[in-house]
Amino acid sequence: MNRASYTAARLLQIVPTFILIGIVVFVLVRILPGGPVAALLGDKASDEAIERITRQLGLDAPILVQFWRFLETIARGDLGDSIAYHVAVVRLIAERLPVTLLLTGMATIFAIALAVPLAFVAAVTQNRWPDLAIRGAFQVGLSSPIFYVGLILLTVFAGAMHIFPVGGYGETPGEHLYHLFLPALALALSFSAVIMRSLRASVIEVLSAEFVDFARAKGLRRRIVLGRHVLRNALISTVALIGLQIGDLLGGAVITESVFAVPGVGRLMVDSIFARDYPVIQGLTLALAVLVSLVFLATDLVQMALDPRVAK
Amino acid sequence: MTAIALSHVRAWRIPAPLLAGVLILCGMLVAALVPGAIAPYDPIAFDYAALLQPPSLAHPFGTDNFGRDVLSRTIFATGVDLQIAFFATIAPLVVGTLVGLFIGFYGGLADAIFAQVVNLVMTFPFLVIVIAIVAVLGPGLENMYVAVSIVGWVFYARLTRAEVHVQRQSDYVAAARVLGYARSRILFRHILPNTLRPILVFWMTDMSLKILLGSSLGYLGLGAQPPTAEWGVLIADGKAYFPAGWWMAVFPGGVIVLCGIGFSLTGDGLADLLDVKR
Amino acid sequence: MTPAPILTISGLSVSFATPHGIVRAVDGLDLAIGAGEVLGLVGESGSGKSVTLRAVLRLLRRNAAITGRIDWRGQELLTAPERRLRDVRGGEIAMIFQEPMTALNPVLSIGLQIEETLAAHTDLGAAGRRRRAIELLSRVGIASAAARLDDYPHQFSGGMRQRVMIAIALAGAPKLLLADEPTTALDVTIQDQILKLLRELAGDLGMAMVLVTHDLGIVAETCDRVAVMYAGRICEAGPVASVFAAPRHAYTLALLRSVPSGGPARQPLDPIPGQPPRADRPIVGCPFAPRCGFATGACRTTRPPLEAVTPDRVAACFEAARLPAWREAA
Repeated sequence: MNRASYTAARLLQIVPTFILIGIVVFVLVRILPGGPVAALLGDKASDEAIERITRQLGLDAPILVQFWRFLETIARGDLGDSIAYHVAVVRLIAERLPVTLLLTGMATIFAIALAVPLAFVAAVTQNRWPDLAIRGAFQVGLSSPIFYVGLILLTVFAGAMHIFPVGGYGETPGEHLYHLFLPALALALSFSAVIMRSLRASVIEVLSAEFVDFARAKGLRRRIVLGRHVLRNALISTVALIGLQIGDLLGGAVITESVFAVPGVGRLMVDSIFARDYPVIQGLTLALAVLVSLVFLATDLVQMALDPRVAK
Repeated sequence: MTAIALSHVRAWRIPAPLLAGVLILCGMLVAALVPGAIAPYDPIAFDYAALLQPPSLAHPFGTDNFGRDVLSRTIFATGVDLQIAFFATIAPLVVGTLVGLFIGFYGGLADAIFAQVVNLVMTFPFLVIVIAIVAVLGPGLENMYVAVSIVGWVFYARLTRAEVHVQRQSDYVAAARVLGYARSRILFRHILPNTLRPILVFWMTDMSLKILLGSSLGYLGLGAQPPTAEWGVLIADGKAYFPAGWWMAVFPGGVIVLCGIGFSLTGDGLADLLDVKR
Repeated sequence: MTPAPILTISGLSVSFATPHGIVRAVDGLDLAIGAGEVLGLVGESGSGKSVTLRAVLRLLRRNAAITGRIDWRGQELLTAPERRLRDVRGGEIAMIFQEPMTALNPVLSIGLQIEETLAAHTDLGAAGRRRRAIELLSRVGIASAAARLDDYPHQFSGGMRQRVMIAIALAGAPKLLLADEPTTALDVTIQDQILKLLRELAGDLGMAMVLVTHDLGIVAETCDRVAVMYAGRICEAGPVASVFAAPRHAYTLALLRSVPSGGPARQPLDPIPGQPPRADRPIVGCPFAPRCGFATGACRTTRPPLEAVTPDRVAACFEAARLPAWREAA
């Protein structure tokens, strides 16, 4: 299979994935006790109100008809209206998603910037003190809840030292970066621990590969051996790992946004639960799953670019 | 002879990190089982004469806004969080292992369907789907267990399935087949015990992740509900008094980190001891 | 007549610190390679052949302890600074490995893997390096070399990959090529082609070569001289024809008897009884003594020194004089 057809095949796979995501969200809302009506009205609704809403939502139609209508409205880009905000769910998500994307993007950059050099140092000093110190520090990071890290960062850098704002998002792009710095750092910490662990292991594995000996036998500088031969091979498996972590990263964003009062989709999700804003929860679940599957797709394509063996 | 004897001893000495991990977890277990025996104060007794006291000899973790001893509250919360670790993982472990065992052993269509299920589950951010389910079921620990279990079994099943595939290729399973053992005997007597080693190691990691998840949901108000003293809830309580009353949040958080380290050290140690590749 | 040596290894010992204790791989090894000569280094697996080659270029891992002397054209390599060592590696002494699939980097094009050696050891610019890379690939017998520069290792067959590795080794115009079982992983027909190519290149370029192998047939066909290794030591060394005709070490004789000769007269094979000595215990006397039919008391207590037995041969065997010629022995 050549690269073009591999890419095309991978792109086509996204279609059934989207449909399956639709099915899960559709089923999820309907199999749970009470279903969407109870979610909308709460437990104490009158029979009359239940009947009205049931008709209004088309829940009296056969299940397959309901599913078809569900897909149809989604395909039109219609996720219904928010009960709490009285605006289209799509508009709410469109307003808030860029905030979350910026937050997770910054967190990813921080995490990589932190993890890659330290993983390298840890791997080449395997089981000696720099390695043990780095692994110990990341172990603490891995065991720390995000909201706890966030609170501490907030206290030290916003509360005591006044270097960063206590939360919010600001108005200008520059302010956005400034406001999201601490939240992104909190989100990056456990993510970087995951990357560090994986990259350290693959660097150690690659270092024992024979092509590294061959590269040294060629008289290459250590910098070239490590940068070109070791890092590139070690990164291939780590890129896949970074891509697979997107789900956890978005989950972390939900918590981070709540701690730092960042107006992204994560905070919207938590607010919507307390407001019983069921269309928003359904729309967000759907949107985030689609986002994750797109990131998986991008990961596969990046991996193909890095590793010539993927598409023979 | 001495060389052999010594190397034998060395191989069976418990490594220090594993020992440290097990000790941490044992301490947590004692705090969970008999909190009253080690907590210096009644965790719910108000003391208006000692509101928001910073850490001291009398109150090592300080007191909260009602004058309650933070150390005692943290100790009493241990039981709740260890329960979360256990109940949020035990159903996924049992169900996932059995499903993975059968899928891995019999393969075929079930295997193909399972691969799709895994892909699908991976596309839903874990916390988001758990929150979505909790949203419909309502906040609280029991509903959180249900939500986590609906998704969590997949990870155990995937791990078991992969391990069964490895075991199926092994010589002893081939030998058992040649000997004419019944398939169920091969499955439960030979394959299951070997697949349990990586499952045990993963369970340690999973329990610490579920404590993080449980305390996060508690912090957001979606997990344990006040007045249940749960570590995440304690931190949420303390947030209002941050940073002046920093001890209210910092100490319970430190205990979460310690507990996570305990699970990690134990898991890593077990992986080395049982020769599990991660 | 042996040419003046360009590489002289004396008293080389290599041991590894492992979780199970110290393991000795090379144990007081002496060996000399003449300019332009093709030397076969033979021995069973585990006898220390590969470790010896890697020790020459200091490619061993951190847990290896190396002592002894490695004299490369008047310069001591074991103590040479890293900068100088980089010039020697690839530029003066090149090395090729047994398994080209693992020795070539899977994610870099072969063009880049040749050109980086050229960048390290020549003053060629980018265009010059590319031209030279194409020449080298053509030289080792890769068809339409220019079109294949951007291909990756997995796109070549096993034999072609080995040719690519040889081209990379030649890029720095080395005076000595260390070849670590370069044909073991290949089909028999391909083996012959690669060996012919190596032999031809050594002759054309005036390059000396150490060919590590466990195959005595390859030594007979390809090499000028042979050195036989056992338990990290050289048993004997000398011109191939004379060593094979009349071994001066009991192990060489046993080795020759244990493999098919390929000659017209079919002789019964005679496997060597017993096992090589354990590498984690010190060896007293001759390491081969426990398996040797000629061993006497001295063999078990005193290490036999490696001494000249004829002007162009050395051997480390107390009972050398009692050994029959190989063909007669059968």
